[in-house]
Amino acid sequence: MRILSLAGRRLAASIPTLLLILIGVFLLLQLAPGDTVDAMMAQMGGGDAATARELRRFYGLDVSVPLQLANYLWRLVRLDLGFSAIYGKPVAAVILERLPPTLLLMTSALSFAFFFGLVFGVIAARGVNRWPDTLISTVGLIFYATPSFWFGLMAIVVFSIYLQWLPAGGFEDISTASTGLWRVLDIASHLVLPSLTLGLIFLAIYLRIMRASMLEVLNLDFVRTARAKGLDETRIITRHVLRNALLPMVTLIGLQAGTMLGGSVVVETVFSLPGLGRLAYESVVQRDLNTLLGIVFVSALLVIAVNFITDLLYARLDPRIAAES
Amino acid sequence: MTSSRFEINRRTALLTSAAIAANVANPFRAFAQETPRKGGVFNVHYGAEQRQLNPSLQASTGVYIIGGKIQENLVDLDAEGRPVGVLAESWEAAPDGKTITFKLRKGITWHDGKPFTSEDVAFTAMNMWKKILNYGSTLQLFLTAVDTPDPQTAIFRYERPMPLNLLLRALPDLGYVSAKHIYETGDIRQNPANLAPIGTGPFKFVKYERGQYIIAERNADYWRPNAPYLDRIVWKVITDRAAAAAQMEAGELHYSPFSGLTISDMARLGKDKRFIVSTKGNEGNARTNTLEFNVRRKELSDVKVRRAIAHAINVPFFIENFLGDFAKLGTGPIPSTSTDFYPGADTPQYPYDKAKAAALLDEAGYKRGAGGTRFSVKLLPAPWGEDISLWSTFIQQSLGEVGIAVEIVRNDGGGFLKQVYDEHAFDLATGWHQYRNDPAVSTTVWYRSGQPKGAPWTNQWGWDDAKIDKIIDDAATEVDPAKRKALYADFVREANTELPVWMPIEQIFVTVITAKARNHSNTPRWGSSSWHDLWLSA
Repeated sequence: MRILSLAGRRLAASIPTLLLILIGVFLLLQLAPGDTVDAMMAQMGGGDAATARELRRFYGLDVSVPLQLANYLWRLVRLDLGFSAIYGKPVAAVILERLPPTLLLMTSALSFAFFFGLVFGVIAARGVNRWPDTLISTVGLIFYATPSFWFGLMAIVVFSIYLQWLPAGGFEDISTASTGLWRVLDIASHLVLPSLTLGLIFLAIYLRIMRASMLEVLNLDFVRTARAKGLDETRIITRHVLRNALLPMVTLIGLQAGTMLGGSVVVETVFSLPGLGRLAYESVVQRDLNTLLGIVFVSALLVIAVNFITDLLYARLDPRIAAES
Repeated sequence: MTSSRFEINRRTALLTSAAIAANVANPFRAFAQETPRKGGVFNVHYGAEQRQLNPSLQASTGVYIIGGKIQENLVDLDAEGRPVGVLAESWEAAPDGKTITFKLRKGITWHDGKPFTSEDVAFTAMNMWKKILNYGSTLQLFLTAVDTPDPQTAIFRYERPMPLNLLLRALPDLGYVSAKHIYETGDIRQNPANLAPIGTGPFKFVKYERGQYIIAERNADYWRPNAPYLDRIVWKVITDRAAAAAQMEAGELHYSPFSGLTISDMARLGKDKRFIVSTKGNEGNARTNTLEFNVRRKELSDVKVRRAIAHAINVPFFIENFLGDFAKLGTGPIPSTSTDFYPGADTPQYPYDKAKAAALLDEAGYKRGAGGTRFSVKLLPAPWGEDISLWSTFIQQSLGEVGIAVEIVRNDGGGFLKQVYDEHAFDLATGWHQYRNDPAVSTTVWYRSGQPKGAPWTNQWGWDDAKIDKIIDDAATEVDPAKRKALYADFVREANTELPVWMPIEQIFVTVITAKARNHSNTPRWGSSSWHDLWLSA
């Protein structure tokens, strides 16, 4: 119960932050030269001044900036995210369409990175300064240092063009229009390469963190006690060390959920996935304020939700946290 | 699943290479020996999603590539680039040029089953072409009414003479017809049909998943006999050029239009027998690279300085080393692909000559100062393509050698248009001038004074020259084709002499298409055309 009230307080505290972020993004986009009508003209390849004037009125850009901001915030209070200029429909609908691919990609990439980061981190810690550790750390460093767009393109070249095992892009195969289980498998096959590409960088971080925190916990007194008790090494690692070493990992995931939303722009672009990251990028280029602010709003909610879950997990992993707070 | 997929790909690859071997000498040869095959899905690369798909409301290749298969125009261009009737069967202009009568084809229905009539043409012309369509609103400025004495006749009435030749050149792009019964109620801009178009064309709209794909299927009631051949067209949204090239190679795409891939990928795929890489079929979408001078700036107001800048840049070297086969030396605002108006290269040109450039700058009074610099300028490159980015760096280095320091300021699309065409916050700007088959549609606005501030791709350089203005105005209403051509030759000569904008490179969009496609690239605006005769060999 205590943990819930703590989380509730945090939730309440995040509302002013959210408001500040929204106003900040609104003003930042005003600093960028040009508005959505200029962007549209650029896309059309030409137009005249009368058309532009007419369009500005259509998009509500003919009033002053403070008034536009006030209009936006007033709509937000009524839970109306507004109308998207590029999509010609309500922002909420646009975002809702894009949310499933993003969440799927994020969850699969995070699970992949978390699981293998954990396994390799433990292996590296157990063989510290010997060849498994050196190998894992070096490979991890390479993953971390390689830009993800390059990884993505190379994965396409190898697995889609050369081996022809996996599709080169898109969210599902539209020529077959499969349903049920086949559709699930089809989408899964489309998500393998993007998840690996996005996950690899995070994998490298997680395995470093896991390795370090394992090493730290392994030197604590209670581990010595457990050894003295005559427990075998595997049991010590799984029952005693791992649980304590997991805390920094969980913290990191909470923090990085947001990063992953942003980092997926590149992966979504390379693999032509219809996700939130690409939508955000497009909204900036098209100066579509409503859509961009809507995405910021939804992303902030996602991050808040993930942090909330992280808080709950803390309590589960280490009961002292719930008791102290 | 994976192994069978691999087999199919290997087999098709073998078949394709056999087909290519037979046709390698001339990939565009008529495939007379082959019987057109019905069926198949044609997958198209769609690089930049637009806000709508109705070509009566937005004139751009990004709309034509989809809407042009679903809706049709009154007139299109044939293989030789001459106007040929689509929804219109014939046309006739009154001697004074103020009325133009179109006879429409009979028995055409919209995809929802309602008949197509002259009412649709009149509604579209008055409410869309004249009021909303970019370029259309300029073209139809003096259109006063469209009379419809019977369902097969539409009479366009103009306040000032409209050259028939100009209208027919413009209509392939600016003459798409929308259904009156769909659009007559409510706000045209917000009509749901803008994203789910209803037309008379060979393909019917099926589905649009934003950010993913658009599907259209065969229109079984299409008016041309035996057309179309394809079952479906699928446009796949792929914003990353390198990823699109990879999908071409993986066989997931058949066609990437309008230079949609990177220059290096296009060159690479051109050597691959599974693909045809060519500028053919895009002659109607010629463009020139520009250098725009803000003549409000004291140094640039001197024609000697503008000429010196042109002389200082080695254009042939740039084309050969950066653009390769996809570009050639330009000779002015009207490109050589414009058979009706190209005046030849016998107008003032500015070949590379560094010594002459230096002499002209000295003569204009801008001697080399401290550090060898004469003066410095700000160059704004448009973000439309990698050629512009390379070209701006080349300009910077070339001008540096003659003592003009150039600072490059990069923006995204909206930012570029705002700073150059509205705020005039530039000294030099460079981008594309897209030629739309008649100088009066796309080109003269770059030189005519009195353009409203903020209108993109118009004279925002502060240029005001009564002589050029007069030629432009005379040509716009001249109904005699020969006289019109002569006036545009004068226009090019004058533009190249005064040089408010320099257009030294000519480019045509590049098509990358599977070698299995037949009847492709057979008109000058093929990417935008209806594809009623396109088919895929087995």
